[in-house]
Amino acid sequence: MSFKLSPKLSQQIAYTLLVISTIIVIVPVLTVIVIIIKNGWSALSWEFLTTMPKDGMRAGGILPAILGTLAIVSCAICITLPVGVCAAIYLNEYAKDNLLTRIIKLAIVNLAGVPSVVYGLFGLGIFVMLLGFGVSILAGALTLSIMELPVIITTARGALSSVPYSFREASWSLGVSKWQTIRRVVLPNALPGIMTGAILSISRISGETAPILFTAAAFYVPHLPKSMFDQVMALPYHLYIISTQIPNMPKNIIFGTALVLLLMVLSMSLIAIVARLYFRKIRKW
Amino acid sequence: MVDKIKVENLSCFYSGKQVLKDLSLTVEKNEILSIIGPSNSGKTSFLRTLNRMNDMNVNFSRKGDIFLDNDNIFDMNPEKLRTRIGMLFAMPIPLPMSIYDNIAYAPKVLGLKNKKNMDEVVEQSLRDASLWDEVKDRLDSSAIKMSGGQQQRLCIARILAIEPEVILFDEPCSGLDPISTAKVEEAMLKLREKYTIVLVTNNVKQASRVGTRTAFFLMGELIEIDKTRNMFLTPKNKLTEDYITGRFG
Repeated sequence: MSFKLSPKLSQQIAYTLLVISTIIVIVPVLTVIVIIIKNGWSALSWEFLTTMPKDGMRAGGILPAILGTLAIVSCAICITLPVGVCAAIYLNEYAKDNLLTRIIKLAIVNLAGVPSVVYGLFGLGIFVMLLGFGVSILAGALTLSIMELPVIITTARGALSSVPYSFREASWSLGVSKWQTIRRVVLPNALPGIMTGAILSISRISGETAPILFTAAAFYVPHLPKSMFDQVMALPYHLYIISTQIPNMPKNIIFGTALVLLLMVLSMSLIAIVARLYFRKIRKW
Repeated sequence: MVDKIKVENLSCFYSGKQVLKDLSLTVEKNEILSIIGPSNSGKTSFLRTLNRMNDMNVNFSRKGDIFLDNDNIFDMNPEKLRTRIGMLFAMPIPLPMSIYDNIAYAPKVLGLKNKKNMDEVVEQSLRDASLWDEVKDRLDSSAIKMSGGQQQRLCIARILAIEPEVILFDEPCSGLDPISTAKVEEAMLKLREKYTIVLVTNNVKQASRVGTRTAFFLMGELIEIDKTRNMFLTPKNKLTEDYITGRFG
């Protein structure tokens, strides 16, 4: 039996399928955001953001968790960004295209796919136990930075290779050395891309739970962190605890905590988007 | 005449494939040597070997020597060499910065000039490249927004700012209209007084207009080199005659 759709009908079917797929993508995300805002909005207040938890965390604020997350994430990005960018510069600008380089590049791509809990266990073994940092901001930040390195390297390499090769040649032909060319021509033009990648990385690692589970996060700490070697509370882990480990937890505090975490991550992404738009506008070539 | 550049038995290879075959020639001081020949005859490879830009290509290898004022260029620091032999590419490549910064870039990075002299260097370079009058009121605007011909003259000015001894032109007018081409040629003729110029061109007429001497390359070999006038009036080689009269290529 031969059955053929008219071109017009097949066009309509394809169009409908594509639109439905797009809706399927958007709906869950919107639902999550709506539910979290609806249930958590009432918990949000200045007090909630700036005070310590009370009554076994059933009341009061989440200040230590917010500060803990900020401390871990800012330390992590301070470690991972310079190392990652330098590695990307080496791989993109200096490394010869041989077997070793190709293996390294392949390894980096694959490392980005390793489950985060594996990084958590690695951090526990190396930083917490072997190097003796204990469960601390430092150990958590190092673990997160190692987890994020492949992503930073990949985005930075993308940004570097988007700078036209001819710019490098023009600079070399004037007697400027390779390093000076990178510093004066390549890096300034790759910076927007590198920064966007970095901001998105910050937002990604702010929400990670598994890597800090064994390396930095504590169930409850009655004081604010004082040094790099302190255990801290962290938002994602705190959220996990109050939603599963504590009976009779007020619902709006759980959702309020989720909302704070969500807002942190979303505002980072928003900054990245605005930055990208801005740099695209002032881009000179 | 004094020999500025002496090439001795130069052979070049990309990934083992030979692109220049046992080439020997000299470039005299303060002349414009035009190199003509069809595509793939090794003209650009020859230029990029002269200032060692080919060093950046890992697949490149060569035999033979090149001397600049009797010093073997392959014994020199390549960056130092490139400040003595500047190069202009086929497509104008302004760096993504202002007109002023494009010219001040190399002298600043190389530490050639102090800040006070920089304004003078920029002005003089632009004047020598016949561009000053067109851009003197907008030195701070982006170089990317200039027209193609202006960009190419900006690139010439950028080379002049590092005061090289030799300038290599790699088909500098291939993307330009006749009027822009005339301006670039005018700049080139003016530069001859101070600099030694090697010009690679696909445009036989251009070679006859500006070249002191002309060399004809074919399939990586030097077929003929002579005074431009002699070559165009009485070519010694049949292949040269066929090429300049437009019978092939």
